[in-house]
Amino acid sequence: MTALDTLHPARPTLWGRLSGGHAVPVLTVLLAVLALWYAAAVWMNAPQIRDEAARNNVELSTAELVGRAYAMERPVLPAPHQIASELWRTTVAMAPTSKRSLVYHAWVTVSATLAGFAIGAVLGVVLAVGIVHSRVLDRSLMPWIIASQTIPILAIAPMIVVVLGNIGFTGVLPKAVISAYLSFFPITIGMVKGLRSPDPIQRELLHTYNATESQAFFKLRWPASVSFLFPSFKVAIALSLVGAIVGELPTGAAAGIGARLLSGSYYGQTVQIWSALFMAAFLAMLAIALVALAERAVALGRGGRL
Amino acid sequence: MTARGNLGDPLRRGAVGLMAAVLIGALVAQYVHRGLDFYNSTGLLAAVCLIVVAGAAVAMGALARFDHWAARLAVPLLFGLLLLWAWEVAVVGFQVPRVLLPAPSQIGRVLAERWDTLALDFHQTFIRSVIPGYVMGCGAGFLTAIAIDRSPFLQRGLLPLGSLVSAMPIVGIAPIMVMWFGFDWQSKAAVIVVMTFFPMLVNTLAGLQAAGSMERDLMHSYAASYPQTLTKLRLPGALPFVFNALKLNSTLALIGGIVAEFFGTPIQGMGFRISTEVARMNVDVVWATIAVAAVAGSAFFGALAAVERGLTFWHPSFRRG
Repeated sequence: MTALDTLHPARPTLWGRLSGGHAVPVLTVLLAVLALWYAAAVWMNAPQIRDEAARNNVELSTAELVGRAYAMERPVLPAPHQIASELWRTTVAMAPTSKRSLVYHAWVTVSATLAGFAIGAVLGVVLAVGIVHSRVLDRSLMPWIIASQTIPILAIAPMIVVVLGNIGFTGVLPKAVISAYLSFFPITIGMVKGLRSPDPIQRELLHTYNATESQAFFKLRWPASVSFLFPSFKVAIALSLVGAIVGELPTGAAAGIGARLLSGSYYGQTVQIWSALFMAAFLAMLAIALVALAERAVALGRGGRL
Repeated sequence: MTARGNLGDPLRRGAVGLMAAVLIGALVAQYVHRGLDFYNSTGLLAAVCLIVVAGAAVAMGALARFDHWAARLAVPLLFGLLLLWAWEVAVVGFQVPRVLLPAPSQIGRVLAERWDTLALDFHQTFIRSVIPGYVMGCGAGFLTAIAIDRSPFLQRGLLPLGSLVSAMPIVGIAPIMVMWFGFDWQSKAAVIVVMTFFPMLVNTLAGLQAAGSMERDLMHSYAASYPQTLTKLRLPGALPFVFNALKLNSTLALIGGIVAEFFGTPIQGMGFRISTEVARMNVDVVWATIAVAAVAGSAFFGALAAVERGLTFWHPSFRRG
């Protein structure tokens, strides 16, 4: 770009400005996904409807075929509006205390998610502080922390739930343990990076001030690590939600998003599965948005800088 | 120099600590297995165990001073052994019921006895579902990223959605995939494809943007075509990001394969084994399966890390000095 270009940038066209942002491209892709979805719903549901029509010796026009494909009770792939109406029916149109309300099930999962996230956050930060301050811990613990995540913890979720249930811990705690195991990892990794992020020159300055180790921690390392903490929190809370949902899957849990998925798959209630999935996606977005909000609040509290 | 002065030397202290830990640790394990339980002689055994832990800590502290690769390997290994030892002694000593937590030696026995079953499970889950799903998902994500590389519009549309989907609990689609593709490996591979696609897409797109404007300008001044710039500059530059996704996906793929088996499977597979043996309270078999999964997962991850080291040797994180 020449100097003249920078002085008089060309006025972007309306389309250029719209497609340069995020809203229009994202909406376009979403619309394309929706259109593909509706087409796929007809394509995947059609064989079943044709079979039924052939059995009853009924001729179906294309319009009828499409109409029935979007209104099946147990479709192979439900149409988006079926999922939307199921979501509406089970959230807004139903008392949240009802056992069939999705809000009730979401709350069960969210409580385990939050408990697990809290445990994971504390554990993650404590481990990171230990690792940054002790060479022995760094050398001995760090490889195991990384190896711990190659163990498919979600796979042993059922066993943890059963074992803890045997000792007398039921309800939220077993699921929270799984969530904590998943969520401590990104927090430890992020915090180790963050606590080590101050420049040597800054640490040397504190050294010349004769600052103690704890002063250096609270005045330099901790403030420097906060900008690493929140991105880790976002990853961790999403993982924590996954952990809570999978923790509900195989143990025949009576409530929670995972239980909805499982009972839906037992009884072939595809609309129920999809609505539970969308609820889970919504919860993940909500959790991440809340962390982002907290991040902004902290940033504002520190004078708008992170 | 007196003997006392010698013991002040951290190296000697470490060696003495290591020997003490190994000797006393072996003795404690022996006694515990002979039926000495912690309920009767808690005080003495607690003191002895403390010596073992302290000895091991001193030994690790001494080893942590070295930067040699053997020392870097020895410290975590020692720590792992200490954990296994504590697990064994605690479980046997406190007579924890086998249904709750089996001792490592018990798990090892099951691992040896039921090796055939475990190998078949491994074959069904890892070779038949995880690998094909992983290759298809990562390949599709990579190719999609390259395909939309020239369209900033599609990138802006797909990137936020991709990051969003990456944060979602995708394992939840497992029941749907089992309904669509049946009980065999196809449904598991489908779950893995969906799980691995978006991390790969997002990372490859980010990686393709990683080449600096200086390098791009240089390629431009060479009159390099788009494919030439892609293969000679931007794809190699994207490799660290691609490997990031590959490593992340290796764990995701294993989890996806096992969890998908909870929803229906032929009578083989690690997820099937875990869910049925938990129901039968054969927790030691479950732990043996987990051990296989952990070793497979770590080996997968380690192999990828080795390939990464070979291909992206130029990256600052691998350069010394």
